[in-house]
Amino acid sequence: MTPFTYHRAATASEAAQHAGAAGKYLGGGTNLVDLMRETIERPASLIDVTGLDSAIAEQPDGGLLIGAAARNTAVAEHRLVRDRYPLLARAIVAGASAQIRNMATVGGNLLQRTRCLYFYDVDGARCNKRAPGEGCDAIGGLNRNHAILGASDACIATHPSDMCVALAALDAVVHVQGVDGARAIAFTDFHRLPEDRPDVETLLRPGELITGIALPPMAFARRSTYRKVRDRASYAFALVSVAAALDMEDGRIADVRLALGGVAHKPWRATRAEAALRGQPASAALFLDAARAELADARPLRDNGFKVELAQRTIVAVLTQLMEEA
Amino acid sequence: MSINVNGAPVALPQDPRMSLLDLLREQEHLSGTKKGCNQGACGACTILVNGERILSCLALAVQYDGQEITTIEGLGSADDLHPIQRAFVQHDGFQCGYCTPGQICSAVGMIAELQRGVPSHVTDDLSDEAIAFSQEEVRERMSGNLCRCGAYNGIIDAITESVAEVAQ
Amino acid sequence: MSLIESGKALAQGLMQGAMAKAVALAPDSWIPGGEPDPLIRHQHGSIGKPVSRIDGPLKVAGAAPFAAEFPMADMVYAAIAYSSVARGRIASLDVAAAEAAPGVVLVMSHHNAPRLKPAPLFMSDPKAAAGDSIPVMQDDAICWNGQPIAVVLAATQEQADHAKSLIRVTYEAEAADTDFEAAIAAGTKPSQFMGQPLHDKLGDAEKALAKAPVSIEADYRTPRHNHNPIELHAVTLAWDGDTLRIHDAQQAVAHSAWTLAQVFDLQPEQILITSPYVGGGFGSKTLWQHHIIAAAAARMAQRPVRLMLTREGVYRTVGGRSLTQQHVALGAEEDGMLTALIHRGVTAKTAHNVMPEPFILPTRSAYAARTMLLDVQQVELDMISNTFMRAPGEAVGTFALECAMDELAEKLGMDPIDLRLRNEPEKDPISGLPFSSRHIAQAWRDGAARFGWDARSAVPAARREGEWLVGLGCATATYPYYRMPGGAARITLSREGEATIDIAAHEMGMGTSTAQTQVAAERLGLPMERIRFNYGDSTLPGLVLAGGSQQTASIGAAVIAAYNKLVAELLALAGNDSPLAGLKPDEVGSQDGGLAKLDDPSRHESYASILNRAQRAAISVEAEPPQPLETMHWSMHSHGAMFCEARVNVVTGEPRVTRFLGSFDCGRILNPKTAASQFRGGIIMGLGLALMEETQFDERSGRIMNPSLAEYHVPVHMDVPEIDVMWTDIPDPHTPMGARGIGEIGITGTGAAVANAIYNATGKRVRDLPITLDKLL
Ligand SMILES: Cc1cc2nc3c(=O)[nH]c(=O)nc-3n(C[C@H](O)[C@H](O)[C@H](O)COP(=O)(O)OP(=O)(O)OC[C@H]3O[C@@H](n4cnc5c(N)ncnc54)[C@H](O)[C@@H]3O)c2cc1C
Ligand code: SF4
Ligand code: FES
Ligand code: FES
Repeated sequence: MTPFTYHRAATASEAAQHAGAAGKYLGGGTNLVDLMRETIERPASLIDVTGLDSAIAEQPDGGLLIGAAARNTAVAEHRLVRDRYPLLARAIVAGASAQIRNMATVGGNLLQRTRCLYFYDVDGARCNKRAPGEGCDAIGGLNRNHAILGASDACIATHPSDMCVALAALDAVVHVQGVDGARAIAFTDFHRLPEDRPDVETLLRPGELITGIALPPMAFARRSTYRKVRDRASYAFALVSVAAALDMEDGRIADVRLALGGVAHKPWRATRAEAALRGQPASAALFLDAARAELADARPLRDNGFKVELAQRTIVAVLTQLMEEA
Repeated sequence: MSINVNGAPVALPQDPRMSLLDLLREQEHLSGTKKGCNQGACGACTILVNGERILSCLALAVQYDGQEITTIEGLGSADDLHPIQRAFVQHDGFQCGYCTPGQICSAVGMIAELQRGVPSHVTDDLSDEAIAFSQEEVRERMSGNLCRCGAYNGIIDAITESVAEVAQ
Repeated sequence: MSLIESGKALAQGLMQGAMAKAVALAPDSWIPGGEPDPLIRHQHGSIGKPVSRIDGPLKVAGAAPFAAEFPMADMVYAAIAYSSVARGRIASLDVAAAEAAPGVVLVMSHHNAPRLKPAPLFMSDPKAAAGDSIPVMQDDAICWNGQPIAVVLAATQEQADHAKSLIRVTYEAEAADTDFEAAIAAGTKPSQFMGQPLHDKLGDAEKALAKAPVSIEADYRTPRHNHNPIELHAVTLAWDGDTLRIHDAQQAVAHSAWTLAQVFDLQPEQILITSPYVGGGFGSKTLWQHHIIAAAAARMAQRPVRLMLTREGVYRTVGGRSLTQQHVALGAEEDGMLTALIHRGVTAKTAHNVMPEPFILPTRSAYAARTMLLDVQQVELDMISNTFMRAPGEAVGTFALECAMDELAEKLGMDPIDLRLRNEPEKDPISGLPFSSRHIAQAWRDGAARFGWDARSAVPAARREGEWLVGLGCATATYPYYRMPGGAARITLSREGEATIDIAAHEMGMGTSTAQTQVAAERLGLPMERIRFNYGDSTLPGLVLAGGSQQTASIGAAVIAAYNKLVAELLALAGNDSPLAGLKPDEVGSQDGGLAKLDDPSRHESYASILNRAQRAAISVEAEPPQPLETMHWSMHSHGAMFCEARVNVVTGEPRVTRFLGSFDCGRILNPKTAASQFRGGIIMGLGLALMEETQFDERSGRIMNPSLAEYHVPVHMDVPEIDVMWTDIPDPHTPMGARGIGEIGITGTGAAVANAIYNATGKRVRDLPITLDKLL
């Protein structure tokens, strides 16, 4: 680890003041500390933001506002989250381990970085995300865990979060604060596709702090779930995951939210599939058509072609399950 | 600036890079807490902070100013074992013993989570207030603690036997 | 040459042929184990009791000190930098910034490292323990991607790690051989293992195969594996003049002390290695470069050093299991009798080790095939030197062989257990030696009944529960009995009736210290509390590798030798005033804290009384056991019948094991509690091998890309069902205590049992490990 100074922030604006260009916010540290040890991250200062807002508050419109410092476990066990947004609780408990979820914050979870093996290998591999312009050793290398959607010639990494897949499905909004003031960013816009700048992962401006996540009211999200497919039964990142909420009326799909994990550089909101589903009579055939539409542009690599089929099947299974529970 | 480790105040390190794990092992010589990866991937470094289990290898010590920390040494000693430690011996819940302190601290934290009703990946009904104890729940909840010797069956048996006693 | 001496040479693999024949034909009574160990008859003593581990309380309290936990005054911490090319030379190495960094005491590299002798390679000498023979920081040559190129010592670990990251290096890379297929295409060479060719031939198997009424042929692949003990490899060491004291994580204390002595040009006594607790080894905790680096740097800096490898460091510098490509062809009569058994293939090693993964070992004594052709070819790659990992050879060899047996059974329309029993050999098919003890048929029958094998559908993909296809599979597990030369033990008996056993053996979780305390108590006729078993110290007698599942036998034989000597000396001390007067050593045994005439226990005198009369506070004897000729006289193997229930998700292809039973025939079980854990632990590692484990090696760069417990998957709690184990408990009449080793057999056969269950569940035959969901979609 490169030396740094440590400061514990008392307020959001104080934190933003402190951060500057070379500073980083410290949540639970479960990703940042690891990356600093690998010297992938070398902040000059750490601003501990775990003392900031961690409340989970019901909003007048029936939605929820979750403070960025809320621990992952706190969100997953919260009564209103479990009742109104079960897919979010399910996504969180599908991730990492209990110890990590007890440490990890909501803000940090959003900004956790890829688990691409070459990204992690500072000494031995080229990576455009770490060192822009250097090249990408994952292309043509071991890329079983890599993206099938939205990748670029510069980077094929995936975003590893489970929680974020649920947030993408829920039309969440990210509240951020910089030295120049606060703003809100739609969750589905928050993370970027790699294009030619894989090092820039979100729309956050330098020094901007995440202060909270707003979940809009979504009555039908009570019928929602999250399914994660992985190589071992627990404590493994998703190969593919699906978050979905389904609103059925008389056998028709009145509304639907669908997002995929493990397939792209960002939590992937399946807008094409949603469009294909909305207003249609629910059926296995429709689900398959929708899943195929979503994966139509998939570009499999040497080792990850299976994800196309796997994603389709998992989408169909999740939608079928929600339909049957209706 | 200090943290409380097993009831005694411990000075925070000068160097903010020091993890809670290294603080315990190298500064305080409380080497019961183990380092198996320093990557957050094995659970050997599990300790309790205010009763919650965390990974001390990913925790910067400075971040824990003022917190109450319990390590394996704080649970019981070889002459005066905690019930769950005793159950581990009885059910052969270890072989080499290296993952063991982490498993035991994790189990203590897990039992509290179960009692609090924190759901897990295998909890069927999220609306349940209380989570029923089952082998499957325990296996899922303990999955953050790797044991390469493969003492998993004995660990689950030990936890199953002592859960009632520990929960009090 | 005497029989004993030639036996020594033989056991070390230095001689074959005529002498082996002489040993094979010698009368049983000339051979160690020819007279059964008297303890085999003891039925109600401490042997066989499910005693809890004697080191248990310390371990669960976190009070058992491991290598990196010994404090030393003035100690500095080490961090190692590794190469990032597979072959070539270091063009430039700039350590100025590292040297100038806060807290740094030393940066050692090939620029300034002391001159060191090459470390004797494991198996190049009976005492050698080095994993590779590459000189450590002696020149600018790079031999693998990940080779240590520099080490930093600093006052704190944080400072050392940071300074290490400031080292700048450039390479002149050379073309490296890192691609297995390409190396095979360029030509393979025959392999040798422990001095013996990995090649066996019985009749003309190819011809027999062509003529066989029923036959199958298939190719199987197994990837690289890493041991991944949870304890990171570590040393805390210090020089005191020319004496080096090492707190180590070791499974070969005496070997490693000797090997380090060669490197530093010292006497073996000048290297003191202790290793009382080892956080798992599985073959990995022998001598690797980090030992030499830490010792050399400590000498240069004149400071004690703690070096705990990072997890990445373990992957870079401690070899794992190598990959294999295996071809199995089986020919049979319609009734299942094997007429041809061909098992051949290729593995990769390096130019710097002598360890081709010997995957044909389990096949040699498996089945009564009329003809056989077994062959291992090798290629050499530029990579970290691969090494022994739990059941080298058997773990991956049984995967291919036992899957092939399942494929043949299906083709024959036979039950796979019946097929195996039909081919049960009368004597060792290759060596022709009689079996010392083989009750595999009983293990199969007992296991099948307990597991409910008769519920299995012979037709695959016949059982579905919800989203899950369910199948049952089985396979044979097997591992040989070994006893390596070089054992020795000391027994000290005090007037207070306390006995100490000293032997340079190891406890890595196998339960050695507990089981051996039970055995010693029984042998000496003392309660367990009166026994102290000292181990894990290179200054103790004996050269005892914790490997090859041979420790139990090796310690057992050494203690028997010392015990026999002890009895003789006690009888001499007892003299004519004793009830034992006039008795010969083979007429007495231990009982109730003393010696007694075997067929007249009333003639008894306590140790205390003998020693008191002789005015001795204690008596101490040391002895070496005879050379392990028994393995050249009998074919000695443990077996197991492995049963698996696997489920495969029809949507996602996710494979999960939901039930497992291992039914073992491993001789006498000394402690059922710790033995069950050993069996289960092996089986769980086998589940990992079957379903998830793979060291991901980028063949373009020769670099291991998942040096992390997050990315190298080992089974977690959720992957492991309740694992049932049972055993025949039939003593092997020719081994110490009637026991055979149990540490490795669990991982054998497991991979095939899982693969066969998955086939039964789905109708999909996956022949390359691990069986991940993408192969089942
Ligand atoms: C072994 C292992 C397995 C894992 N498995 C999974 C898994 O299966 N699924 C999964 O989803 N995750 C998994 N994780 C990742 C884990 O969920 C993340 O590490 C965690 O969510 C990050 O949260 P944190 O608070 O610890 O973030 P930190 O590590 O503290 O920070 C991460 C990043 O967020 C920034 N940051 C933190 N808070 C703020 C803020 N308020 N505003 C702006 N920036 C901020 C930091 O500067 C840093 O860049 C795993 C992690 C490990 C180590
Ligand atoms: S895929 Fe992206 S993160 Fe991985 S090596 Fe390529 S550029 Fe780096
Ligand atoms: S040492 Fe902390 S999780 Fe492995
Ligand atoms: S007991 Fe050895 S790793 Fe768990």
